[in-house]
Amino acid sequence: MATTEEVYEKVQETLIDALGVDDDEVTADATLVGDLGAESIDFLDIVFRLEKNFSIKIPRGELFPENLASADSSFVADGVVTAEGLEELRSKMPFADIDKFADDPKVENIQDLFTVNMIVKYVEAKLASGE
Amino acid sequence: MRWFWIDRFIEFESGSHAKAIKNVTLAEEHLHDHFPGFAVMPGSLMLEGMAQTGGILLGEKNNFDHIVILAKVPKIQFHRWVCPGDTLIYSATLLEARDEGGSVECAAHVEDRLVAEAEIVFVHLDPDDPQYGPADQKNFVFSMNLMGILDVGKAGDGSDE
Repeated sequence: MATTEEVYEKVQETLIDALGVDDDEVTADATLVGDLGAESIDFLDIVFRLEKNFSIKIPRGELFPENLASADSSFVADGVVTAEGLEELRSKMPFADIDKFADDPKVENIQDLFTVNMIVKYVEAKLASGE
Repeated sequence: MRWFWIDRFIEFESGSHAKAIKNVTLAEEHLHDHFPGFAVMPGSLMLEGMAQTGGILLGEKNNFDHIVILAKVPKIQFHRWVCPGDTLIYSATLLEARDEGGSVECAAHVEDRLVAEAEIVFVHLDPDDPQYGPADQKNFVFSMNLMGILDVGKAGDGSDE
């Protein structure tokens, strides 16, 4: 069973390869889009690499859900994610820090939910479940 | 000019790998500017050739149900010049093929000399995608209109396919 440290190091390597960033940039709190400059295309590349590096299967939308804000019109009001929308985020992204996001739940902040730490937690849970 | 940067497939194993050739010739207009007095096949066009080889490999796996778009080149390395008279052999191996896209590993050789290596990520674009509208089908060479190149190719076992 891989330790958190081992998973973290491998996730770090994965992101260095996929995004061409330096290892000191890939901190646990770093956001993929804001801090590491990831674009939508990179998410697919990251998924491919994680699957290969950890020998896991990542179903479409499980790690990086698509169209989070536009899935249901009741999730967003005036550019802010509603309570209902927050619940949806919690269920779709159990490894993201939704509490922190809830402090300033603007739609444009949704991308900040994708952090290095979120990936590490996701992979750990995936490995633990033995899938 | 048509945007075909491979001439023919010489190997095609569905869902696995493919090889295509590109004959470089001085009849290609751009070689006279790249560079004047020193004709060299541009690296960007070698990448395009590798992307067409790999993109068709990926597209064919799904019966060309999706439009396959070159999305990202995580790795590319050029090792040698390629000049008029050379025959480039592009080989592509399918690494990933999923609903939302796929990736290939490619190499370009002239005879047995390695001239370039690349890794290419593709995404699928489908009619129900909101971004499908502005996309002009004709621009996507990986779609059905390149199938003609396959007609002259042969299956991996050498039989006509």
